[in-house]
Amino acid sequence: MVGSLKQARIAFVGAPIGRLVNLLVILAVLYAIFILATKIFAQGPSYFLQILTFGVANGAIYALVALGYTMVYGIIELINFAHGDLFTLGGFISVFLLPIFGLDASKAGTPGIILPLLAVFIVTMLICGAINVTIERVAYRPLRHAPRLAPLITAVGMSFVLEGVMFLWKGPFNVPYPNLLPTNGIVIGGATIGVKDIFVIVVAAILMIVLALFVSRSTLGKAMRATAQDQDATELMGIDINRTIAATFFIGAVLAGAGGTIFGLYYNTLVFDLGFSAGLFAFTAAVFGGIGNIQGAALGGLLIGLITALWDGYMESTWTQVIIFAILILVLVFRPTGLLGMRVPEK
Amino acid sequence: MTVEAAADPILRIDHVTKRFGGLVAVDDVTFDVKKGEIFALIGPNGAGKTTLFNGITGIFPPTAGRIVFQGREITGAKPHQVAAFGIARTFQNIRLFEYMSSLDNVRLGQHCRMHAKLWDSLFKTPAEHREEQRVTDRAMELLQFVGIEQYTHIYARNLPYGSQRRLEIARALATNPALLLLDEPAAGFTPQEKVELMGLVHKIVDQGITVFLIEHDMKVVMGVSRRIVVLDHGEKIAEGTPEQVRRDQRVIEAYLGTQH
Amino acid sequence: MRGLLSRLGSILESDPRKNPNAVVYLVLAVATIAFPIGVQVATRGSGSFLISQAADAGVYILLAIGLNVVVGFAGLLDLGYAAFFAIGAYTYAFVASDHLEFTPIHQALHIPFWIALLVGMFAAAGAGAILGAPTLRLRGDYLAIVTLGFGEIVPRLFRNASTWTSGVNGISALDTPALPIWLNGPWSGDALAIVQNFKIIDPLAYYVIMAILVAISVLLVNNLRRSRMGRAWMAVREDEVAAAAMGVNTVGVKLLAFSIGAAFSGFAGTFYGAKLSLVSPENFGFTVSITILIMVVLGGMGNIPGVIVGALLIYYVIFNILPGLPQQASDFANSIGATSLNSPSGDWPGLAGEVQRLKYLIFGLILVLTMLLRPQGLLPSRQRAEELQKGVHDDTTIEDVNAETT
Repeated sequence: MVGSLKQARIAFVGAPIGRLVNLLVILAVLYAIFILATKIFAQGPSYFLQILTFGVANGAIYALVALGYTMVYGIIELINFAHGDLFTLGGFISVFLLPIFGLDASKAGTPGIILPLLAVFIVTMLICGAINVTIERVAYRPLRHAPRLAPLITAVGMSFVLEGVMFLWKGPFNVPYPNLLPTNGIVIGGATIGVKDIFVIVVAAILMIVLALFVSRSTLGKAMRATAQDQDATELMGIDINRTIAATFFIGAVLAGAGGTIFGLYYNTLVFDLGFSAGLFAFTAAVFGGIGNIQGAALGGLLIGLITALWDGYMESTWTQVIIFAILILVLVFRPTGLLGMRVPEK
Repeated sequence: MTVEAAADPILRIDHVTKRFGGLVAVDDVTFDVKKGEIFALIGPNGAGKTTLFNGITGIFPPTAGRIVFQGREITGAKPHQVAAFGIARTFQNIRLFEYMSSLDNVRLGQHCRMHAKLWDSLFKTPAEHREEQRVTDRAMELLQFVGIEQYTHIYARNLPYGSQRRLEIARALATNPALLLLDEPAAGFTPQEKVELMGLVHKIVDQGITVFLIEHDMKVVMGVSRRIVVLDHGEKIAEGTPEQVRRDQRVIEAYLGTQH
Repeated sequence: MRGLLSRLGSILESDPRKNPNAVVYLVLAVATIAFPIGVQVATRGSGSFLISQAADAGVYILLAIGLNVVVGFAGLLDLGYAAFFAIGAYTYAFVASDHLEFTPIHQALHIPFWIALLVGMFAAAGAGAILGAPTLRLRGDYLAIVTLGFGEIVPRLFRNASTWTSGVNGISALDTPALPIWLNGPWSGDALAIVQNFKIIDPLAYYVIMAILVAISVLLVNNLRRSRMGRAWMAVREDEVAAAAMGVNTVGVKLLAFSIGAAFSGFAGTFYGAKLSLVSPENFGFTVSITILIMVVLGGMGNIPGVIVGALLIYYVIFNILPGLPQQASDFANSIGATSLNSPSGDWPGLAGEVQRLKYLIFGLILVLTMLLRPQGLLPSRQRAEELQKGVHDDTTIEDVNAETT
């Protein structure tokens, strides 16, 4: 009984310390915002607008990747560590496909690139989808009823397998990606909003809207939402769980493949282990928005993109990754349900 | 100890409500469990019985109301604190540590009554050694008490169904409780096994432990408990002796409504 | 001591069919003693490099034993284990070199190695507790991602905070460990003068110290496994709700496992820093965390001898087989006349270059194939073998129960 009293007392002592930590975190965040604000004012509005554009474009890419994490987590509660690498693989596949569809730097900015580029997008997305479905079938499905540790370790391993394949393919070097998009842009308030930026934002937005419509309207989308809530009950309703889960992996990979292609077109460079940090950033975005929540992933991606751009633009960029990972830890600790709450809201 | 001899409540459920979103699983329920008695909570499926157990043991604390155990309010305490206060439980769908031997399951039950610190465990101090010995002896005693000593070194998952339920009771008793909550201890039992189980429950009460059990089947509890509370749709619809409860119009309706 | 002898006795007497661990321990013990002698004989006294490498392997054994407490005993996935290794190594660099003189403190510290080992251990354990306390309340898989983030933050902190850590250059010229004064008796050499400066520079000395540290660690972790705490870890791993209802403070015992793991990592890090006499932020990346995880998974989660064998095996593959492989591959191609394979063209860097790139794929395949084909590892613990093959009935945590119903 004495021991139990002591435990109870520890619980009560713990609360004020927790509150103190909360307060410190809030103060630190406010301080960072304050410093950032003073720098933004000092640099003037045109630079700020430039950074914002960059942030939104960046955020759109993170959002595409975050959607894959959030959908897979929503349906089988697995952190698919390999997803970030699938994003990189999308870039690698599309850079391989470009010459096949007759695209190279000489055609940059001409209207003639539109159709072949569309074809590259579609083929890349389909290949990525097929690869991810295969991964799910071979590596994750046999472990669906194993202790949770097993699929998690497998996912980490799968991430290394994908990175290993790309490493064998291109080595440790930066892979150049031809600069196909027009380099001109519109000047607004001293900031240049490039065609590239608009392209990234528009393509990502279209893909996300299509996905949102698909999940809320289609039969398969409804099956996904049902499976996310209760696998057993869904199975009893005569829905093929395996097919639904495979479809989720497929859609996630399709978006990641598109994301990788967009990344290549935007940054004109790729590297085999890009997916490691990009994947972690995207996962942070998914958690930030509320894992399992599709709108949340889009919002989280945007926020992470903006934070990254602001930090890169105004503070020391060597600290950006530290800041993002710190956000990841803080969100998980203080608000594990994220900004918009877990799971799809229509429950 | 008999019901008449000890009338002071060991557990007081005081206007307890539990909501899950819009669903009210337990609705403003109040009753007392008296020291030394065998108390039963009955009701049709989905009446909120297990939810109430989960509320008492801190697995999910009630939305409103108070739970008082031995004069101390325990509402909102963590499950391990509740166990340390002296409330042990079993689960409706048996939750043994399947890959631990019966002996280890029962030894684990004594976790919160043990004093070995990290230091003692690391260096196997004589005090730790003595404590382990004592805990092992007690575990063997308990396995014998519930009548499954032949399975001492068998993985819990490999025990026959009835023995698993008994092992769960032994594990709960190992926490040295003043109050034992049994969640449908006779579920899936043959009539013969039910009789044996009720014998075990009487043996437990004879040790001075209050027993509070949930049962789905009214007939089972009529024989063992002197006082019964009936829940239906989260509400308390009757309280009293088995005879009173059996004649209660609302109870009859509740059961006729759900049973064939 | 008597306990140790009786344990040794019981190992010798036990039936290998019932307890294969006893055999493995015996083989390991004999090999530990025979290895330096064998190497010196085989290389005619110039085997220092191999002995030094074996001492390095010992660092990985310590790391694997520690991670095994976290992953194998408590069932928590720690993907940032190298962070604690870094904390241990940097702690040693701070407290046992001239470095602090060049930081804003302007005062160098020279704490003796043996005390620094403890300082490094507690620094890492403290960091583990601070990280674990809020995180371990969450669902199990969130810990994986939080530790992954932490594992990325720590090396970057050491790299970026260059006023304190001299950034990418790292900290060098760390103190060489010396024997404690009370050991400087007549047996350690000259009883009068030299003894005061007796420094451990001979690889064999590191080897012996490492072997002793590993032996002590195995003993202590084995004690833990068979104690109240070990049972609580097993229970939490299997069913958190039931464990909590039986009076186990689930967050508390998970935190303890996590901190003990971190302590091992810090301890190993201190030793590593002292032996290398250099720490650099590049040595503690994600690959290190994964390497240790692979050792634990391949060897057999939860089984200490399995984990030791796993650590030795992976260490051997990474540091002895893989570096020599490119040369062997290109020689082989030449010998069968396929010389064109060796000349680079396009994306093809030549066979040697391509073979050099195999590491990531090998890492990934080991993890995936082990989990799919033999999740219990090469030398499993009996309990974990059944658990991982047949699955547990219910993996729900307390948070799960709440999430389902609210």
